[in-house]
Amino acid sequence: MSVVIVDTGCANLASIRFAYQRLGVDAIVSDNGAQIAAAPRVILPGVGSAPYAMRQIIDKGLQPILQNLKQPVLGICLGMQILFEALDEGAKSTQGLGLVPGAITKLDTKGQPSPHMGWNTLAFHASEPILSGITNGDYVYFVHSFAAAVCERTIASCEYGTQFAAIVRHQNIYACQFHPERSGAVGARILANFLEVPT
Amino acid sequence: MLARRIIPCLDVMDGRVVKGVQFKNHQDVGDIVGLAQRYRDQGADELVFYDITASTEGRTISPNWVQAVSEILDIPFCVAGGITTVAAAGARLAAGADKISINSPALARPELINELHDAFGRQCVVLGVDSFQTKTGYHVKALTGDPDKTHDTGRQTLAWVQEAIARGAGEIVLNCINQDGVRKGYDIAQLAKVRKICDVPLIASGGAGKASHFTQVFRRAQVDGALAASVFHKSILTISHLKAELAATGIKVRQ
Repeated sequence: MSVVIVDTGCANLASIRFAYQRLGVDAIVSDNGAQIAAAPRVILPGVGSAPYAMRQIIDKGLQPILQNLKQPVLGICLGMQILFEALDEGAKSTQGLGLVPGAITKLDTKGQPSPHMGWNTLAFHASEPILSGITNGDYVYFVHSFAAAVCERTIASCEYGTQFAAIVRHQNIYACQFHPERSGAVGARILANFLEVPT
Repeated sequence: MLARRIIPCLDVMDGRVVKGVQFKNHQDVGDIVGLAQRYRDQGADELVFYDITASTEGRTISPNWVQAVSEILDIPFCVAGGITTVAAAGARLAAGADKISINSPALARPELINELHDAFGRQCVVLGVDSFQTKTGYHVKALTGDPDKTHDTGRQTLAWVQEAIARGAGEIVLNCINQDGVRKGYDIAQLAKVRKICDVPLIASGGAGKASHFTQVFRRAQVDGALAASVFHKSILTISHLKAELAATGIKVRQ
């Protein structure tokens, strides 16, 4: 057992498990707190609505488990967003897990169609093992309407109307706004790299 | 910079990929997983699978081959065909589909768009519109999978697109029926009109026959993606050659 995918009740669980299967890695999907806590590496997936995903985590009693993980953690898309302190969806705000400082806000597309959907390029801000074998300017697949602002924790950014954080790292926590499981060879390399990042 | 998307469309009937002309006289073009793999290897940005007779036969697209596709595919894909409930959509998403496209079921019960939006988020909900032009304007047809059941819904295309976006659709695929399968070029005039009122991603469908058709639809109708079937199935164009031509004219594509 090298990696556990947290069962948040969201829809892209199977896609991430299949992506690891293609890499020859048998990822386990689990909502068992003890199993997640003991995992060498943890993936937090998610698509859809933040309040729904947080509700699932709280109802399953996983919030304190996830907040105390010391091993490498990778949040993907909505799974990235709920790692932050707060998610502002218009009038209402949802409290996140607070593992990464900052808030998620609506992406200002400057009049371009929204959601930001499709293949867009990564611009590197730092040299990190998770980017090993990836080239500055490589395309990955995004589908989202909300995003984190670029800050000192950003290791790669992307731009669609506004520049936003595509990959962040805060201590043991990694997060991708895009879907590595749907980003071809580049995404597969990022998922493989996550299994190699130092603990 | 966001790349323009090239999207092969795989019409599925009885578990095989088929292609008709103006939605009639379907011919077998191959195996679902095999074609999915081939287009992925050529550089497709995403794939769309339509179970074209599901709605007309009162069935729902099978989650079994959705899972088989998800196991091999590392690019996004969308599925459509007789998805009439949140539970049915959820089962296809759980099997690995990234997006759900609805057409006839949304026309029969427009609230389905709101329900899918609330359950899975706007980014999962694609509205397919089969639009045809008459002397009085652009109209929406339903149940286009079966020539005997196809009918005019009485809805105007632009009004239906606006209503669907207000209800929570996150992407619009506009199939211009007059152009389908005849490879004479996309319906630029109609797509440009829809583009003006569509603030979610818009995908052009129907009429692609050569590389210049793609160039024109991206430049003149400002669509986010272009969907095509027969031009790829018949190997008139390969996606890698198409993308090289688009890039040479300055259109941003992922290569």
